[in-house]
Amino acid sequence: MNEDVLKKVQSNPKFKELVHKKTSLGWQLSIVMLVIYYGFTLVLAFSPSTLGAPLAPGMTMTVGIPVGILIILSAFVLTGLYVRKANGEFDSSTARSSRRHKNEKMHWLSRSDSVVAFPGTGFCFRCYRR
Amino acid sequence: MSLFPVLAFASGAIEGDVKQQATNWHAIIMFVVFVAFTMGITYWAARRTRSASDFYTAGGGISGFQNGLAIAGDYMSAASFLGISAMVFDKGYDGLIYSIGFLVGWPVILFLVAERLRNLGKYTFADVASYRLQQTPVRSFAATSTLMVVAMYLIAQMVGAGKLIQLLFGMSYSSAVIMVGILMVCYVLFGGMLATTWVQIIKAVLLLCGASFMAFMVLSTVGFSPEMMFEKAVAAHAKHAAIMSPGKADPVDSISLGMALMFGTAGLPHILMRFFTVSDAKEARKSVFYATGFIGYFYILTFIIGFGAIMLVLNQPGMMETVTKNGKEVHQLIGGSNMAAIHLANAVGGDMFLGFISAVAFATILAVVAGLALSGASAVSHDLYASVIMKGKANEADEIRVSKITTVVLGIIAIVLGLVFEKQNIAFMVGLAFSIAASANFPILFLSMFWKGLTTRGAVIGGFVGLASAILLIVLGPTVWVDIMKHPTALFPYKNPAIFSITLAFVSTWLFSVTDKSRSAEEEKAKFDAQFVRSMTGIGATGASKH
Repeated sequence: MNEDVLKKVQSNPKFKELVHKKTSLGWQLSIVMLVIYYGFTLVLAFSPSTLGAPLAPGMTMTVGIPVGILIILSAFVLTGLYVRKANGEFDSSTARSSRRHKNEKMHWLSRSDSVVAFPGTGFCFRCYRR
Repeated sequence: MSLFPVLAFASGAIEGDVKQQATNWHAIIMFVVFVAFTMGITYWAARRTRSASDFYTAGGGISGFQNGLAIAGDYMSAASFLGISAMVFDKGYDGLIYSIGFLVGWPVILFLVAERLRNLGKYTFADVASYRLQQTPVRSFAATSTLMVVAMYLIAQMVGAGKLIQLLFGMSYSSAVIMVGILMVCYVLFGGMLATTWVQIIKAVLLLCGASFMAFMVLSTVGFSPEMMFEKAVAAHAKHAAIMSPGKADPVDSISLGMALMFGTAGLPHILMRFFTVSDAKEARKSVFYATGFIGYFYILTFIIGFGAIMLVLNQPGMMETVTKNGKEVHQLIGGSNMAAIHLANAVGGDMFLGFISAVAFATILAVVAGLALSGASAVSHDLYASVIMKGKANEADEIRVSKITTVVLGIIAIVLGLVFEKQNIAFMVGLAFSIAASANFPILFLSMFWKGLTTRGAVIGGFVGLASAILLIVLGPTVWVDIMKHPTALFPYKNPAIFSITLAFVSTWLFSVTDKSRSAEEEKAKFDAQFVRSMTGIGATGASKH
């Protein structure tokens, strides 16, 4: 990638928007996961009896069991959310721009052909225009 | 609660002496079928493996779903299956805590690392770490720590394999180790990543099916009421209600263990390598989603299996033995707690199913060691040979040749170390591998992608500081200094050093980067923007090769 292209990409508002959306989603979900897990670890470390209490009076099952299962499920749900959003919203714009590009008889954009556009912008790096 | 040895235990090693059992023909026949089938796959894969990209990454043609299964397979090692169900069998709830620790690293890998890794790398994680830094020092560091991780993990798997097979199949330890070594070399040498991935996928499916069946049978004995299962287990277990709540743990040690598990996963070279086998970032994301689902499901199954073993196996006639340990008589499960899942297989499914689960356990070890060998071989051929020695001018055929020679050498080393370490207590080795991955690989990989200010000097010094401190603190800690070297007190009080060694690695990487005023450092920082654009968009990333 030469300097010229790099500058064009970086200053492209759509690129900025894409980066902002992607990274903030990633960090937000990471923080959710870390809070859940280290919250659990802190309860384990400082107040294990909270998790050892029976779920209801007279029951053998303790609070810790559903909590543990829920943490496992939360990991799955959070990854699902991210993939849905990232593969749907962020990457589907690539496909749309590819089609439009072809219709306008500019360069066909493909991933394997040392990719000439980037997601969400429809910007062509062969002819440097939209 | 003794955290560290169990981590190691859960991931690979079987401690102590085991008695060779009577030959188990069901298991051997099913295992032979598995080997024959996977050899067929290896033959098929060999005909499609020509270029370096085929060899290292299966040509980038693995789908997200397939890769998700393969990643799950890498993670569901035999010992994770036997070790975690054994831990649930012994301690109840604490087993679940482990499973959670092993799982929660995955979402974070997805959110922060997976896509950038795929967009920047080609064959090894060193491709990413050295993207804008000087190749020779950074790749030398990455190859060193990769080989350390692979060696520790391999020794633990080989010794674990030998002991397991003695128990499961009634074969001798040395013949088991030699067979594992030879089969591992065959898969990697002839079939490269394509065969290694498919072996992993098949085994993952077999293991998931087997474990699902066991959990189903366990639940069916209690009318699908978990409450009933817990009641019966509490009544049967010597610790009674204590198995339903977390045991005592040191806060620093538990948080540190959590960090080692979480960031170690994001630094294991054989796992990171799997991200290059898919065609693009989109598939990379999907693979983590599927992997998280399969791994989470599997851990819920092992929890049920552990409790099922307490209900159906503990103190049942024909399942227990009395052995002498350190001069004391101990009444235990035949072969020890690690055999809980195996005995349960017998209890719920009879001899045939016992054979099936034993064969799957063996297949699991094979698949995991093959992945490790491939990762070690690519560190040597791609990072050391092609980039450091030949300065990027190696031709592809030579690079593949070096890879294959390394695979054979690694196989021989693995067999020799497996035999040498037979009588040693190697329980700490997988824990050490996780700590090195978390303290050396992860900080450098993470900073190279997220911090513009990282320079070669910072990365190399910081990486080696992480590597050295992880090893040193484990050696001086209770696991090695007291338990193995028999000193009275540990020089370092914690079993899990990750919280200290990860911090040390980050701080020293930062310090030696910001104080680096050289011209090359300036150039490296200037290259960050281009790297960032590529990591975000995949422009210029290697895609799937055409067949």
